[in-house]
Amino acid sequence: MSGVPLSWYLTLATVLFAIGLYGTLSRKNAVGILMGIELMLNAVNINLIAFWRFITPHLLTGQIFAVFVITVAASEVAIGLALILAIYRQKKTIDIEEIDLLKG
Amino acid sequence: MPPFENLPTDLVLQGIFLLVAGLIVVAAVAVVTLRNIFHSALALILCFSAVAGLYILLEAPFVAAVQVLIYVGAISVLILFAVMLTERVMDPKMGARNEQWWLGLLLTAIAATGLGAIVGFAPWPLSKAPIINDQITALGKEFLTTYVLPFEVASLLLLMALLGAIIIAREKEGG
Repeated sequence: MSGVPLSWYLTLATVLFAIGLYGTLSRKNAVGILMGIELMLNAVNINLIAFWRFITPHLLTGQIFAVFVITVAASEVAIGLALILAIYRQKKTIDIEEIDLLKG
Repeated sequence: MPPFENLPTDLVLQGIFLLVAGLIVVAAVAVVTLRNIFHSALALILCFSAVAGLYILLEAPFVAAVQVLIYVGAISVLILFAVMLTERVMDPKMGARNEQWWLGLLLTAIAATGLGAIVGFAPWPLSKAPIINDQITALGKEFLTTYVLPFEVASLLLLMALLGAIIIAREKEGG
């Protein structure tokens, strides 16, 4: 058994998730928001791998889930950055406070 | 004699964990607070690499390799490209935080308290079972038997993301 207790990993993942959430909510730059989302996804993956290691080490479900999360994160970043580039081309800014096309 | 031979393994592992965890937290804080978004992206690469180290500590070498290849190798480069293509990096007018950052901080505090309470109070059914041997072969078998449908859907998702990214980001000349 690994010498590091499960709660340490969970605490670290909680902290990382909170930092990512704050980044997502507080950033002005759209790329910064994407970075916050990536931090949160990483926190979730740490949790998945930690649970796999400590609760079901004889199965592989946790690792498989983590790999799928990484796959979805990759496509999400590709689409997100394409959207940001398209917005930049049209509005010449990626400051989210100036992107208000849907504002009534 | 190596200098660390007398130290108990648990203590060494915990020390490594604390080092890696400290690196992750410092890098993540830098990602969300630095004013220069390019520096944030560089800190993000550091954070991803440290998380890969954590996976090795958890004895999941395949996931660590995937983390390095996809996060450090692909996603970071994509983000760096997007930063350089869109941002006037040194523009001092563009602050790091939006007007509602304090609301975000409040919400983060609430979410972190909730998650912390769950981590603290939930009883986790720890297992003493030995770790599965020959993980990578077993993973390949699982992907092509039990998880073959999600595996194929993931391929479809990647294809869609590829096409969608090209269509969205393309210059609108003829349509």
